[in-house]
Amino acid sequence: MSNHGDRGVVWLGSPTFPEAARSALKNTQLRGNLKRATSTIRDKRLAVSAELDDWEALRESAAAIKRRTSRHLEHYLVQLEQSVTAAGGTVHWAADAAEANRIVTELVRATGEREVVKVKSMATQEIGLNEHLAEAGITAYETDLAELIVQLGADRPSHILVPAIHKNRTEIRDLFAAEMGNWGQSAPDGLGDEPAELAEAARRHLREKFLTTKVAVSGANFAVADTGTVVVVESEGNGRMCLTLPSTLITVMGIEKVVPTWSDLEVFLQLLPRSSTGERMNPYTSAWTGTHDGEGPQEFHLVLLDNGRTDTLADTVGRQALACIRCSACLNVCPVFERTGGHAYGSVYPGPIGAVLTPQLVGVENAASLPFASTLCGACYDACPVKINIPEVLAHLRAEAVEAKRAAKRLPTAEAVAMKAAATVLDSPQLLAAAQKAASVGGRVLARRGRIRRLPGPLHGWSDTRDTPAPPAESFRTWWRKNKEGEQGER
Amino acid sequence: MRIALFITCFNDTMFPGTGRAVVTVLERLGHAVEFPQEQTCCGQMHFNTGYRPDTVPLVARFARTFADYDAVVTPSASCAGMIRENHPVLAQDHGPSELHRRVDDLVPRVYEFTEFLTDVLGTTDVGARFPHRVTYHPTCHSLRGLRLGDRPLRLLRTVQDIDLVGLPSADSCCGFGGTFAVKNAETSSAMLADKTQGVLDSGAEILCAADNSCLMHIGGGLSRQGSTVRTMHLAEILAAAEGAA
Repeated sequence: MSNHGDRGVVWLGSPTFPEAARSALKNTQLRGNLKRATSTIRDKRLAVSAELDDWEALRESAAAIKRRTSRHLEHYLVQLEQSVTAAGGTVHWAADAAEANRIVTELVRATGEREVVKVKSMATQEIGLNEHLAEAGITAYETDLAELIVQLGADRPSHILVPAIHKNRTEIRDLFAAEMGNWGQSAPDGLGDEPAELAEAARRHLREKFLTTKVAVSGANFAVADTGTVVVVESEGNGRMCLTLPSTLITVMGIEKVVPTWSDLEVFLQLLPRSSTGERMNPYTSAWTGTHDGEGPQEFHLVLLDNGRTDTLADTVGRQALACIRCSACLNVCPVFERTGGHAYGSVYPGPIGAVLTPQLVGVENAASLPFASTLCGACYDACPVKINIPEVLAHLRAEAVEAKRAAKRLPTAEAVAMKAAATVLDSPQLLAAAQKAASVGGRVLARRGRIRRLPGPLHGWSDTRDTPAPPAESFRTWWRKNKEGEQGER
Repeated sequence: MRIALFITCFNDTMFPGTGRAVVTVLERLGHAVEFPQEQTCCGQMHFNTGYRPDTVPLVARFARTFADYDAVVTPSASCAGMIRENHPVLAQDHGPSELHRRVDDLVPRVYEFTEFLTDVLGTTDVGARFPHRVTYHPTCHSLRGLRLGDRPLRLLRTVQDIDLVGLPSADSCCGFGGTFAVKNAETSSAMLADKTQGVLDSGAEILCAADNSCLMHIGGGLSRQGSTVRTMHLAEILAAAEGAA
């Protein structure tokens, strides 16, 4: 398999999901925070989506629009480039994270500025833009409140929509008091941990940046091909500040974000806020088309990012993950995410969508534990506004992960050997009957009062918290042969 | 109507009582049940763990074993889901075209037990009596896979003298997920802890479901915690005639 080290996405040196989850689970504070936050947002989402009697039709339309657009992606991207160019913008094409970082760094350098303000953006996190700019001596200021919290804490985001979901307000207060001064305006003395006080401190800190910084970097939720309009959806208005005040605006956008027309956009603008924050409409929707004399940024650059997306598009099952509109509904309903939090996924894309997107963007061999980080319970598929069948893709990627492991090793893994043996037994009623007899005898040896408390080898993780019933003396097929087989002829 | 029971390898080995219960209920309703001895496994464990090629012989065996029946009934929502969703895909991707045709022909005749009772036999009253406090856990494959909806509850509600109580956060996964419970044992245990708490909070004596795998998981947790709450496949409740004349 190829080396996808240029693609970012994953945090290098991250442990596998089971290891990372093990330590995350010990953090009872985190689990409490997550449970409260995800269950509140889950209920809000259900309430506002139930208000629309055509919710299911909207989901179906969204999925269809994404399918059609991805089938003709090349056409719509070229159309987008023409429209943006005609409106006064400049379009750049980036094959991977390294190329996108290089393009953005050069664009910032060309302005002569050393600072940029940032709109909350998954694409720039995916490519590790802030770190790259820092190496070039350019400071990037995150202006989304939660991203600011993450940045001040030299932390990592743990949720797509609410990246600081793992922090409580006392922790945030301490962080503001200690760190804000190192990045700009300090937090006021005696800062308390009331949400309004914290928001006011962030507002004052950020206002200074908005009024002085000349370059902004954003992502995009959507881009309309036929008009060249780029759209950012947000809650705080900080994004709007970045998109309107600086003189240069650089937008980094995954190529799958293009939609053909405004009629297509309308479908997503109904689905996205309801699915993400549980609101009928988000407070700020910014849409801009190129540049306008004397108003807004006078220079606009759109960087179209591939970074593994055309590889993903080539996979007939996996490609549906590209329909994702980054709403986070799947994270909020996921029983695994609710327990482990986002950091355990070791990727900027956590949760169920991360478990299907990350391995496809970086190669399944580089994120092999993620497709297994799910019970396949299906809650994500039900919640997804664009109907990505996440369990289907997970099962598909599990097969790819097994195959990648097989191809990389000369000897089969212990699991592969066990699975092969089980397959042989299970394809033979005689061998199955013999195995049942053996299990029954073995079980009775291990069991006390019909219960097995300790299982050997890799099964100990199971038996740490669960008793296992001893297999019965007689399998069903044996019972049937003894008691029912004679009857059949009589009928 | 020729009815075959697909017991599933797991029930065959660990929960034969569930198979006997299915037979009891169907015979009580006046139907003969056959058990083709060539049957084994639907391939779910291999499929969900990523070992697709290993499942293909099992798909072929299933199609061969049950080809001649009008209905194949199985007391496992997850195995029914595996057959319905994945056997056609596996046959198409890995099998000869002839297998694909046979699978497509058979799959619409495969029913989960409560589907068969309510949709095919058109009954919700199977003449059971079970004077106990019971709660029902809709397993993920019942709820979101097969979309069984309230079929199991409609059947349970007609059971004489049953005291059916609600399960808090019923629709959340118990954390089993097959090999997930081994590969991600700690996360699975954390989910299990919330599920067992819900069961205890329900006040039920008995927890039932349409999948013995999830029940073994939840029951295993309850047993380890020293709880007296028992688990039973809902077929066993529908088969019960406790104290009936």
